[in-house]
Amino acid sequence: MQKRRVVLTFPYKLIDQPITSYLVKNYDVIVNILRARINPKEEGRLMIEVSGKEENLDKGIEYLKELGVKIQSLAQDIRWIEDRCIQCTACSSLCPTGAIEVDREKMTIAFNKEKCIACGLCIPACSYKAIEILF
Amino acid sequence: MAKTIAEINEKIKKGKVVVVTAEEVIDIAEKKGIKKASQDIDVVTTATFGPMCSSGAYINIGHSKPAIKLGGGKTYLNDVPVYGGFAAADIFIGATALPDDDPRNKIHPGEFKYGGGHLIEDLAAGKDIKLVATAYGTDCYPRKKLETWINIKDINEAVLFNPRNACQNYNVAVNVSDKIIYTYMGILKPKLGNANYCTTSQLSPLINDPYYKTIGIGTRIFLGGGVGYVVWNGTQHNPNVPRTEGGVPKTPAGTIAVVGDLKKMSPEWLRGTSITGYGVNLTVGMGIPIPILNEEILRYTTVKDEEIYAPIVDYSNSESNILGEINYAQLKSGKIEVRGKNVSTASLSSYAKAKEIAGILKEWINSGNFLLGESVQLLPSVGSNISLKPLKKRPV
Repeated sequence: MQKRRVVLTFPYKLIDQPITSYLVKNYDVIVNILRARINPKEEGRLMIEVSGKEENLDKGIEYLKELGVKIQSLAQDIRWIEDRCIQCTACSSLCPTGAIEVDREKMTIAFNKEKCIACGLCIPACSYKAIEILF
Repeated sequence: MAKTIAEINEKIKKGKVVVVTAEEVIDIAEKKGIKKASQDIDVVTTATFGPMCSSGAYINIGHSKPAIKLGGGKTYLNDVPVYGGFAAADIFIGATALPDDDPRNKIHPGEFKYGGGHLIEDLAAGKDIKLVATAYGTDCYPRKKLETWINIKDINEAVLFNPRNACQNYNVAVNVSDKIIYTYMGILKPKLGNANYCTTSQLSPLINDPYYKTIGIGTRIFLGGGVGYVVWNGTQHNPNVPRTEGGVPKTPAGTIAVVGDLKKMSPEWLRGTSITGYGVNLTVGMGIPIPILNEEILRYTTVKDEEIYAPIVDYSNSESNILGEINYAQLKSGKIEVRGKNVSTASLSSYAKAKEIAGILKEWINSGNFLLGESVQLLPSVGSNISLKPLKKRPV
């Protein structure tokens, strides 16, 4: 079993197609939708965690690419702007996945994008606008 | 043997001073013992970096031609209303001021993207600031409207003046209700979902000088990246509270009023702060040197996180019910137990940045550029005739 967190961008011509259903059915993968945004007459975006056998994941992603769906890692949509961060740790206790970790010796923050599910709970907790979700 | 501040300053000038941070002093005193450590160490640097609401700055913008009298009129900087009830060209910027058209909490929780705190940060950063003023006009100040850009480098004075900073200890905030609440202590999840605290504990200035035996009017400090001074006790200064055996208050207690040249400060250490659902604030970087005049003063600076206690307060109730007390070693571990429940903790002030400030101040003193200020009057301490008075509302 492998897990990948990706952001899919569907071009306008594909937004009314049940592509996620085909992905699940034909490639035997589990899709967990973290966020979705479809703008009528524009593109659609889907933030997903997809898990399954490695070869199925590869094939499924190949299928999406062939259709013209743009795929990028979720980490690219999340920004932690270190210059703005004052290392107060206020965001850390609200993070449900442990993506925001505190070094208890130094009392500094480390942001592990791989663990982030882009829930956005940390954003209102940061008084310095140091975290952005571009999705 | 006791030392004087004048003697320590002589050592600073000769490059022979021994300075350590309030964190470093703990181990040193443990190894050497209090007596030897107090002889060897001359200065302990303390620091804090956190939101401090009662902050502000006054500026003098210079006289335009024809001149305008801002006093009695209305003045805005970057759309933030500022106080002009002085003479013609003096203005006071309050850290929590908001533009008239800010939606505030109309859609709860408000975001409070820009206000007085951000304006002070922008001034310190040397950014151009838009000034719009209206006045009633007089024979000597005929102008009634003024719109212009101003910049800190062009105006006469820019002075940070904070009436209440560096609170000595503070509450740990929790929420026992079943609704999320947005407070000046951050976002508090329902049913004891999290706990927020806001001091730099063993590094914090007034915790290291709990009876204000060295900090007073005239103490020279690191303020916002520049040099500042303690000018008075802060508002709501209240020394007469329960204390630990070591003298550290177990509740909010002492505070200081500070002043310094904003032109020499840095936006790195003065940060506009947007507290969701609450408002705008200014996060202030402050470092205070404590002269080690004798063993007793050194002993106070060796205070450790596990010896500093704060009350756990329920913020969902206007009665501010106290649920217990907890020490900072537990708070900094990330988890505490409240009413039998494991609760995640987080801080609103930055221990890491405070440590950096204590290090910078240590460098300033070591390099001979920063002499200690001799306090001309200490802050009111235990036994003084001070109590925290609530407002008694009377019918009008």
